[in-house]
Amino acid sequence: MTAQTISSPALPIRKNESSGLRNSFRYLRRNRQLAIGLGILVFLILFSGIGYFYVDKNTAYALGAPAGKAPSWEHPFGTDGQGRELFAVAVYGIWETLRIGFIAGLIGLGFGSFLGFSSAFFGGWYDVIVRWVVDVLLTVPGLLILVVIASTLDNKSFTLTRMAFIIALTAWMGPARTVRAQVLTMRERPYVMMARLNGMNSWGIIFRELVPNLLPYLGASLVGSVTGAIFATVGLAGLGLGPLREPTIGVTIYWAMGQNALLRGMWWWLMMPILITILIFIMLFLISAGLDEVANPRVRRTI
Amino acid sequence: MSLSYLLRRILLVFLIIWSAATLNFFIPKLTPRNPLREKLLEQASRSGYIPPGFNEMVKSYEKKFGLDQPVWKQYLTYMNDMAHFNLGYSISNFPKTVPELIGQAIWWTIGLLTATTLISFFLGTLLGALMAWSRSSFIFRQVVPSLLVLGAVPPFIVGLLLIYLVAFKWQLLPLGGAYDTTNLPTWDFSFFLDILKHSILPALAFILTTAGGWAIGMRGMMVTVQGEDYMTFAEAKGLKNWRLFYRYAVRNALLPQITGLAISFSYIVGGSVLVESVFRYPGLGSLLATAIRQLDYFLIYGIVFILIVAIGIAMFIVDLIYPLLDPRIAYEGK
Amino acid sequence: MIKTPGRISGGQILLGDTDLTKLSEEEMRQVRASQISMVPQGAINSLNPVMRVRDQIIDSMLDHNLGLSKAEMIERANAALEAVELNLKVGRMYPHELSGGMKQRACIAISIAMSPQVIIADEPTSALDVVTQRQVMQTIGRLQERMGSAVILIGHDMGLMAQFVNRMAVMYAGSLAELGSVQDIFTHPLHPYTQMLIESLPVLGNRGVFKGIPGITPLLRDLPPGCVFNTRCPHVMDVCRHKTPVFKEYTPGHWAACHLHEK
Ligand code: SF4
Repeated sequence: MTAQTISSPALPIRKNESSGLRNSFRYLRRNRQLAIGLGILVFLILFSGIGYFYVDKNTAYALGAPAGKAPSWEHPFGTDGQGRELFAVAVYGIWETLRIGFIAGLIGLGFGSFLGFSSAFFGGWYDVIVRWVVDVLLTVPGLLILVVIASTLDNKSFTLTRMAFIIALTAWMGPARTVRAQVLTMRERPYVMMARLNGMNSWGIIFRELVPNLLPYLGASLVGSVTGAIFATVGLAGLGLGPLREPTIGVTIYWAMGQNALLRGMWWWLMMPILITILIFIMLFLISAGLDEVANPRVRRTI
Repeated sequence: MSLSYLLRRILLVFLIIWSAATLNFFIPKLTPRNPLREKLLEQASRSGYIPPGFNEMVKSYEKKFGLDQPVWKQYLTYMNDMAHFNLGYSISNFPKTVPELIGQAIWWTIGLLTATTLISFFLGTLLGALMAWSRSSFIFRQVVPSLLVLGAVPPFIVGLLLIYLVAFKWQLLPLGGAYDTTNLPTWDFSFFLDILKHSILPALAFILTTAGGWAIGMRGMMVTVQGEDYMTFAEAKGLKNWRLFYRYAVRNALLPQITGLAISFSYIVGGSVLVESVFRYPGLGSLLATAIRQLDYFLIYGIVFILIVAIGIAMFIVDLIYPLLDPRIAYEGK
Repeated sequence: MIKTPGRISGGQILLGDTDLTKLSEEEMRQVRASQISMVPQGAINSLNPVMRVRDQIIDSMLDHNLGLSKAEMIERANAALEAVELNLKVGRMYPHELSGGMKQRACIAISIAMSPQVIIADEPTSALDVVTQRQVMQTIGRLQERMGSAVILIGHDMGLMAQFVNRMAVMYAGSLAELGSVQDIFTHPLHPYTQMLIESLPVLGNRGVFKGIPGITPLLRDLPPGCVFNTRCPHVMDVCRHKTPVFKEYTPGHWAACHLHEK
């Protein structure tokens, strides 16, 4: 990342591109956390992306397969007590979970960074109000707000996409705060002063000077919002809110708990979604720790 | 402590509680239907009989949210009720009121969360400090950090993993609940031990997942603090290692951690709802999960409101403690 | 004593009869502040922000087996505060309540509290305004006379040095260039670097014309072969590029390391 920003724009684009790519690879070799995290992400996307074409989606719903089968060659992850093929659930569940996470995370990041940017840049009363709203809402657990919203809405009218939009309602405060703080410190840096003295207008400064320097922070913020959003989907489903018929990871946990999977001896029913959740969260953690190192190279953290 | 600091903090708590109440009021209004009333009647008709006093409840509910009143009036009545913790009746446990049910559950939650948060905060902070301290042993600098990954996983997922491994497979500890329900609770030592035994796993689920966050935060701060001039000078003063560590490095790195503690309550409480429901621990989280399953709206809104009030109060307490630790705040504006 | 990747490649550091390089970490800790103390460079940030000034004077006594009671330590701390001309009230204050000059005095109080034999003052006035600078230096001078300690003053400010020190060593890129009495060095500087440093001093009546030394200091991990100054020296000769000049005594008490004077 650092290497890329340094590379001179005067070089022919072609060469720049390939050396940028090579530099990224070299960087990833040093930033092991980022590399492993991205590796897991690619693996998960490939797993569910390829599975999407080969696995019959119907088997991921109740009664789509024989019930209560232990993992075997025929049923790699087993089947649950209500006749879902857990391998199919994994394929579609991972896809849906990541999709919800990214939709909600991107909306949250977009709105949040707009607020953070504008409030840091224009200041005044506007800034005071944004800051207080963000501070207050950050102390209210997003999950609880979502519980109130989701329990008020009818479960039947819920689609996964709508769920993503609702979750986005609680995903913008974090980015707003991070971006605001970063812009505030950057505003005082010499290169922004120079730009201002040279007569560049506000928007010019924002897009030419601030945005490029903010990118690593925006990346880290995005991962943060996505993490929060995925936590919210899994948590809401775990509490029995949202579209409970859809084969998602959280819903599977809900049914496995509610139907006493363990006491009925079907450990795989509970373990499949749990291990996948753990994998997803560790992936997000590694990516965010890796991006953190890109953003603050001074604080070298290795895990 | 300066007055403006205190006033700002009070205003923040007030705003938190006010916004929680307001959200609870307006979110149900966002749907054109009147889901509360629908569910109320649906619930009554499903259970096949109308319990005595149920009509009064419906009436009092309709009066409170009566559509004949203008919205601002409904809002004022509602706010007045909230201010008196008049949270209405539980639909599925009628004629119990929401505050009654919450009153039974809240102490379990407070007990569990206070204990685990304190343990996790101090443990995590200490580990983080040792990880960053350049004179720590190899274990703290190389081995412990790899455990931090656990902090990435939501507490209830780790809880489920613990249930499967410790309670189900190895059968070392009970699967859930807060005490052995086959015995009548008597307030003696064995009952206390029983409670302790039942809280180990939920507490562990929390500590394992949250301590990592504290450790990471503390490590970052310790790295910064160790680069400060006062650390170099302190070393030149020939101080003993422990004094350098506790009185200089940790003492200063701790300050942002305490601010972090106040901010983290929302995450802790959000997570506790799920952990409790996974362990069927009889606190507010389990109550909320049950309420959701039974579509007990007043109970859902009541619990959410109380939890947010609790977060506000906990934050306020931390904010009051903070100036005692940081002289720069205490004297500000004097 | 030195943090990696630095290391002590050789030589001795003698304090009285003890060689400090031979001491263990714990013995060295005992020496710090009680025998050799330091006046820090960035006084603004050199005090622990969450401790009262007097406690910061006392805690270093606590860790040095002085065999003093708590009351005696407080007394010593007060004496130290008085010695640096600070009000005793300052002892009960926190660093953020003090001005820059007061902070620097507090730091000096900490470093003299145990009457050390050597005081290393690392640019003690670099963060202060000119008036405070002068006052602080005078305080250090008075203390030195009273306690009879040796003061090692480290700094870039040749003017300040000329006023304050007796013997002076000029260093460049980690090695000694010249050593001698202030008189010798200012009247007959031997090493080109010293000469250029003196020429770079602003002179009264010569307003606005400053002479700098062109070029930059080499990185310590990438020093040029031969004389370390050869990249910037106006008198550079062939021999300078491959042979390191020896640090020799040319007139009694006046040492230098330069091929110009060898022969
Ligand atoms: S040794 Fe040569 S290069 Fe070095 S200072 Fe003397 S003359 Fe200059």
